[in-house]
Amino acid sequence: MQIIQPHYHAIARTAQDYERMSMSGVVAVCEPAFWAGFDRRHPETFIDYFAQISEFEPTRAAEFGIRHFCWVAVNPKEAENVELTNEVLKQMPEFLDKPNCLGVGETGLHKSTANEIAALEAHVELAMKHDQLVLIHTPHLSDKAHGTKTVLEVLSGMNVNPDKIWIDHVEEETIEWVLDAGYWAGMTLYPVTKCSPRRAVDILEKYSTERLLVNSSADWGPSDPFTLQECIVEYRRRGHQVQEAVEIFHNNPCRFLGQNPKWDIKPIRITEE
Amino acid sequence: MLSPKQTLDTYFLEARRDLLEVAALLDRYDESVSREGHKAEDESKLESLREAMQLLAKPDHSKADRAKQLLAHFAKID
Repeated sequence: MQIIQPHYHAIARTAQDYERMSMSGVVAVCEPAFWAGFDRRHPETFIDYFAQISEFEPTRAAEFGIRHFCWVAVNPKEAENVELTNEVLKQMPEFLDKPNCLGVGETGLHKSTANEIAALEAHVELAMKHDQLVLIHTPHLSDKAHGTKTVLEVLSGMNVNPDKIWIDHVEEETIEWVLDAGYWAGMTLYPVTKCSPRRAVDILEKYSTERLLVNSSADWGPSDPFTLQECIVEYRRRGHQVQEAVEIFHNNPCRFLGQNPKWDIKPIRITEE
Repeated sequence: MLSPKQTLDTYFLEARRDLLEVAALLDRYDESVSREGHKAEDESKLESLREAMQLLAKPDHSKADRAKQLLAHFAKID
C-alpha cells in the first residue's frame, strides 16, 4: 500500500528510517520546521536549518525513492524570542518559493503565552498573504485543551481559509472543536505522550474522515515513524478495506497538500483488472 | 532504586498512556454495542477488567502486591 507520512522530522532521524519507510510503502514525507531540543539564538541558524530541510534533505530521501517536502516556521517554543522570530519571519518568503516547500509550519502554541499568540498570528498572516498552507501545532498533555481552544480563538479573529489550515496533534478531547470549525485535523501517533494507533483508529471510525490526517511526527524524542504503519494495520484488522485505508493514509494528504501546486502526487484508486 | 518522586516522575506518562488505552477499549466496546444493538453474549472479560480497576483503585495495599493480585484475578479468565 502506498503511504504518505505528512509530518516527519527527518533531520532527527537516520537513513535507516528512510530505507524501512520505503520498504513499507512510504512514497513521500513532509518535514515541518520544529524545535531542535534547545533554543536557537540566531536567525541565521534558522536560515541554515530551512536550507537543510528544503535543499539537502530531499536528496537524502531521494536515495530511497521517497519524495521529501518541507514547511518553514519559528516553532512556538522559540517564539518567546520576539526579536529572533521577527527576523526569521522576514526571511521566510524566500523559502516559501523553494520547490519542495508546502507552506508555513509548524507554528502554533506551546504554553499559549502572549508572545506565542503574537507569533502565531504573524505566521498565519504571512501564510495568507503568500497564499500558503498552514500547519499548526497544538500543545502537549495538560496544555492541549486550553491551547487548542486558544488557537481556534486566534484563527476566528483572522481572515483565513479553513481549507488551507491543518491543526495537528488532536486527540479525543479536541478533535470535534477543530472539525466543527472547518479545519483539517491531524492525529499524531506517539509511543507515550500523544495519540496511539488504536485510539486513532477509534477516532477514524467515529468521525467523518474527510478532513483527517494521520502522522507519526517522529523526531529526536521518544517517537517512531512506524506508528503510522501500526495504525494502518490496526485499521485493516478491524475489517476496513484497502481503498478505505488508501483514502486516509495516502489520498487525504494528497487532497490537503495538493492545494499547493508543488505537491504533484495525486489520489489513487485501486481497481481490479 | 528510585525514590518515590522519581518513581512517579519516571512512570506517570506511561501509566497515563496505558489507562487511556483501557478507556479507549471500554469506549470501543460501548460503540460496538451501540452499532450492533446488542452486548457480547459473555461479558466476563469486561467484568474482569472492571473488577481489576476496582482493585487498583483501593488506596491501601500494604504488601505492594497489586500485580500479583491482578495476575491471580486475570487467571480466572480463559
